[in-house]
Amino acid sequence: MLGLFAAALIGFGTVFFIAGTLGLLRFPDIFCRLHALTKADGLGLALIALGVALMAGTWAEVLRIALIWFFVALASATSGHLIAAHARQTMQEVGGADD
Amino acid sequence: MTDPLILFDLLLALSIVALAVTVMAVRDLFAAIVLFIIFGLFSALAWVRLSAPDVALAEAAIGTGVTGALLLKTLHHVRHVTGTLNRQVALSLTPAVPVPMPVIWVNAAFCGLITLGLAMALLGAPQAGPGFDALVAEAMPQSGVEHPVTAVLLNFRAYDTLMEVVVLLAAVIAVWQIERGLSDAPAPALGEVFQGFARLTLPAIIVVGTYLLWKGAEAPGGAFQGGAVLAAVGLLLLLSRLYVPQPSHRPVARWAFVLGTGAFAAVALLVTGGGRVAFQYPLEHAKTLILLIEALVTISIAVTLAALFHGREPVALRIEGGRDDA
Repeated sequence: MLGLFAAALIGFGTVFFIAGTLGLLRFPDIFCRLHALTKADGLGLALIALGVALMAGTWAEVLRIALIWFFVALASATSGHLIAAHARQTMQEVGGADD
Repeated sequence: MTDPLILFDLLLALSIVALAVTVMAVRDLFAAIVLFIIFGLFSALAWVRLSAPDVALAEAAIGTGVTGALLLKTLHHVRHVTGTLNRQVALSLTPAVPVPMPVIWVNAAFCGLITLGLAMALLGAPQAGPGFDALVAEAMPQSGVEHPVTAVLLNFRAYDTLMEVVVLLAAVIAVWQIERGLSDAPAPALGEVFQGFARLTLPAIIVVGTYLLWKGAEAPGGAFQGGAVLAAVGLLLLLSRLYVPQPSHRPVARWAFVLGTGAFAAVALLVTGGGRVAFQYPLEHAKTLILLIEALVTISIAVTLAALFHGREPVALRIEGGRDDA
């Protein structure tokens, strides 16, 4: 029963990853793509981590999975912000050059 | 019944080859670097699948993390600091000046020779032989450590490892010499969000780096992996401007650069005598000596890699045309 629930969570998380990838491929500009990637991957990873944590044998493993999730989410949010900030800055520079 | 992961392995192998081809083919240099980083991550995954966690750790930390950061820093440098490569060319908006044909031919000849040498080495090697596994396993009791890779790197072929540390030292000396005349250009500021990120991750990176070093005696890990992870601390500090190199810090940095090489060579020479040759550690002290060398080499590697990322030697602001060595 627990295994089934875990599998469902992991499967559900994978759906978010696929949706995020679709967004990356189909959305028109960098900001929409970033939105799709960071949101979908954030939730997708959380669901997969939750599913794997349910199948973990010991509390130490659960703690490690939680740490992995925390740092990946942190890095993903930060790099998303950095890419968006850089893209906006570059756009302003290029726009200024065109005038 | 075949291994269910065979499909994953095949996809992984195909992706690595495809990524390698794309890195060479793509025109945008930034895209090439990002693809190279992904190539490194996939290679690390491949090493995990080949049951070589030591190589995987080294590939992920040094080959991908530190090298990727160095490449990105270099791109920023040639675009914005030295101006050797202007933005239009870098984004391939305008075609670059074509490379002269002789340069292409010389490059091709050298690459061909290297490929030929590798092919000869591969074909000349004994097919599916036992390798050195048995020899290493037999000699393990004399090594002082429990992990075969550490035994090979720090004991059986310690001389090679010493030379690897020397290469890093030579690299940082060269960079400090070459970049003397350039304007002081710190890494671009990344803002408050990145500072917050750095503050949250720094403690964890220090723990992971130290753990990799300590664990190296009995499990995958060691000086190079730990040093590369700790170098990330330096990168985060530099990028978030939590640490700004000062000219007065140069002596400390210089000592840190030579610490690993110096200590390694000193231990290697000091153990001689009483019938022993260089690098032949006395068995009862072998583990202590290896851990001591690894710890000091780790400090050197971390500081050296961070200094390579920073690039220029920190010097005092000088009056135009004045003497360099303030």
